[in-house]
Formats: sequence, structure tokens, C-alpha cells
Amino acid sequence: MLEVNKENFEAEVLNSKGLVLVDFWSPKCVPCMELLPHVQELEGQFAGVKFCKLNILENRRLAMGQKVMGLPTILVYKDGEKVVELSKDFSHEDLAAKLKEVTGA
Amino acid sequence: MANSYDVLIIGAGPGGLAAGIYASRSKLNTLVIEKGVIGGQAATTEEMENYPGFYEGVTGPQLTQHMHKHAEHFGCHFVKDEVVDLDLAGYEKAITTKNGRYTAKTVIFATGAEPRFLGVKGEKELKGKGVSYCATCDADFYEDLDIVVVGNGDAAIEEAMYLTRFAAKVTIIVIHDEGVLDATKVIQERAFKNEKIEFVWNSVLEEIKGDGIVEAVAVKNLKTGKVTDLETNGVFIFVGTVPRTELLKGKVELDQRGYIPANELMETSVDGVYAVGDVRQKYLRQVVTAAADGAIAAVAAEKYMHEEENFKNEVLDKTKAVAVMFWSPFHQASLEMVPLVEEFAAGHSEKLDMVKIDTYRNQRIARRYDVQEMPSILLFKGGEVAGRVTGQLTREKLEELAILA
Repeated sequence: MLEVNKENFEAEVLNSKGLVLVDFWSPKCVPCMELLPHVQELEGQFAGVKFCKLNILENRRLAMGQKVMGLPTILVYKDGEKVVELSKDFSHEDLAAKLKEVTGA
Repeated sequence: MANSYDVLIIGAGPGGLAAGIYASRSKLNTLVIEKGVIGGQAATTEEMENYPGFYEGVTGPQLTQHMHKHAEHFGCHFVKDEVVDLDLAGYEKAITTKNGRYTAKTVIFATGAEPRFLGVKGEKELKGKGVSYCATCDADFYEDLDIVVVGNGDAAIEEAMYLTRFAAKVTIIVIHDEGVLDATKVIQERAFKNEKIEFVWNSVLEEIKGDGIVEAVAVKNLKTGKVTDLETNGVFIFVGTVPRTELLKGKVELDQRGYIPANELMETSVDGVYAVGDVRQKYLRQVVTAAADGAIAAVAAEKYMHEEENFKNEVLDKTKAVAVMFWSPFHQASLEMVPLVEEFAAGHSEKLDMVKIDTYRNQRIARRYDVQEMPSILLFKGGEVAGRVTGQLTREKLEELAILA
């Protein structure tokens, strides 16, 4: 998964063509840490999606700019526009279902 | 069978983990199924200063990670999956998950409880966008911002204090009169001293407002009826919990609020099914009491399996007839009749065996066969009850039983 931050978020996510997934996480968020390996696993199954993660401890303002104020949150962008938004109580199965939907897989 | 266990534990919070430690240490084949986070609610609690032995503080994640390792150390198995159906009737119980199927002789329910929603306008829409139920997950967003906390029990006040390490100001909405909190005294005193905490008394939260992100809350004063908007960046809700017992409805007895009533052995209304931790009807919901429940349930489950298997081998599976005497060392009359019954059984040893069940230690089998009087003798043939004598036993009554054998 590509580490995104203040420096590269615009180029890698907002100005990127196609589907980009961003996993907003923090090492202090236990549910996020549980989820992360499952998201990494999904990366192998959805080759058409660029998988990124964003540590909110270092990029708080950036996350808030995307209207993310709670963890875990996963956003999927298509050509820079939000198309999927999952927050708080969702499972990796929910995420896989959403990814299937947007990729048409 | 690969998916067959002695003890199957649903939920890996402190209750389930303690049960896992005790069961696997007793060499029982034990599995813990957890759908989410190992550690349960405790894994999202940063402050923990009352777990015995850790007065210098230990975090919830640290403590539960240790419990997890401890259980694995004794050979307890873990699987990440979600239970979708249960068949609890009978000795062998079937558990269906999203990804598999398991059987187990005993099931320990440790599914815990989850934060209760307030049910106000805007709460659902703004979840993860300023509405939170997890301080450790989301506190970092609120550095130098303002937070509103709803609730005034121990959890609410402790989490509010944790949030003051990040936020500029934390406003607690309290339904009670000025100065009255549900939290315990020690916690109250600390909160009243905290300069970053403000209280709004006699009030309830009526609505959470914001366009895609929390901007304000509407607070209603119950005395004046006046509704005031209060600008804020986040709302943390700690108004109690609801038990996760949806799957058990109609299968195990639940109370009106959905909690599982269990006795001192953590036994539920179904044989071989136990409930531990927050999901159980109980007085104090803490990590230490959940762990204690887990230990008791694992020991009770082991004894249950031992008794049931003994009864099956010694009584139900026997080709010969078996006279089962239900007695109790605390029931004088039944105690006195033991020699008479033993003598009778010895006289008929060619056609029947004798087994004694101490109802003080094992009430379950007596209950199952509706044994209400002491002493009682039930004659089993081919696993079925073929005759029964109760109360004052005489040699004549016993001889009548022998004819049925």
C-alpha cells in the first residue's frame, strides 16, 4: 500500500485517474490495526484499484479536509471524486463488496 | 472431526480470553471465534487503573494482548469469523459462521455489549464525521478543538478526561441537577478539578447539526424547555451499552433488556451453554469481573462434560439395566438409605448395576429426569427410564423395581 501524506495526496489521490482507495488509520486505533492486514489482502484481489493508507497522526488536517473525523474510515475515489465512504462499524467483507461494485468485478 | 471442540467461545474480550486460558490450560480442545477486535471493548479503553496488580496503569490494548498471548500459550485456538447461526439443543452443539461450521460440547457466550446509540437526529448521518463512541480511536482529530460529551457515568467522565489531553475544551451534557453525576466519587472529584471540562446541567442533546461534518449541537434544558445551539467540532456519546444477544433470541433465556441471566456457575437456561462478561445480567461490568466469569465458566464447562460423559457411559449406553440413586449427603433420610439400596443392588448384580448421583454436586441430571424428592431411584434400560421409586424406600418397593429390570 502506498503511504500518502500532505506532500503527495493531491497528486496520488485527487489528481489520479481511475480508482484510488485511502485507508485512514492511526496506530492508536485498535479497530484500524485489525482491519489493515485485511485491506492489504484485498489489494492483491483488486489490481485495478490503487491502495493507499494515510496515518492521521501526521496528517490530521488533511484528513479533516476530506471530512474524515473518525476512524476507521475508508474512502474510494474515482478520478478524484469520492465514490465509496465506509466509516466506523464496517467489516472487510463490506469493503470487498463495495470494491466489487465499483470495479464491476 | 477437525472442526469439533470441547469448548467453543464466542467473543474475545476479557471474559472470552480468560475462559480460553482456563479451558486450554485444562487440556480441553478450545476455540475462540471473534469477528472484530481481540480484546473487545477493553481494547478501545486507554485508561485502566483498577485492574488488580496494575496500579501504575496499563492500557486496555496492552492487557488484552497479554491475555491473548496467555491463551495461545496454553494451546487455545483463535479464528476470525462471525457466528451467524447456532443449534444449542442436545449434547453436541452446532455453530455456523460466515466461513465455516463447528461442533462443540460446550459453548461460552462472551459476545459483550456495544455502545448504545442516543437516537437523535443527525447522529447516524454524522458518524465518523464528528460523532464518535471511541475516544482512543478519534481523540487525535480534536487537538485544540471543542468537544461535547454526552453521558455522566464512569465511562463518560473518564473518557471526557482522556479527551482533555487533546481538546481545547470538553463540555459534558448532564441530565441531572447541578453537581449530580452517576460516576463514582473519585472520578467526579477529578472531573470537577479539571479546568478544561465544563458541565451543562439539567440538559439533553436533541440534535447534531452539520453539513457533512459536525458543526453544532442543539441542547435542551429540561427545566426551562429552552433549546440552545452550541458550536462544537465533535460529539462523543457514552450513554451505556446494549448486549449482543440477537442470535440467542428464542434459544436461550434473555431478560427484558436482552442480557443473559446466568447462575453462579455462569450456566444459562440451556445445558452446556454459559454466559460471561458484559453480555450477562450482572451488577458490575468491568474487565476484572469479566475475567472472573470466564474462569468460572471454563471450570463449570469441564465438570459438566465430565458428568455428562460419565452418565452416558455408566447409565445410558449400558446394555444391562442400571438403578440410579439420587441422594444428597445433606439429606439425612437419603443418606441413611444408601446402605439399603447398595445391598439391594448387590443382590441383583446379575441383572442390574447401580450408580449414585449426589444432587448437591449435580442438579442438572436430576432436573432433566424431573427428580424432585430425595431419595429417588430411577431404573434405566437401554437409555430410557423404565421405573422409578421415590421417598421412603422399603425392600418391597425396591424388589418391585427389580422385576422391571
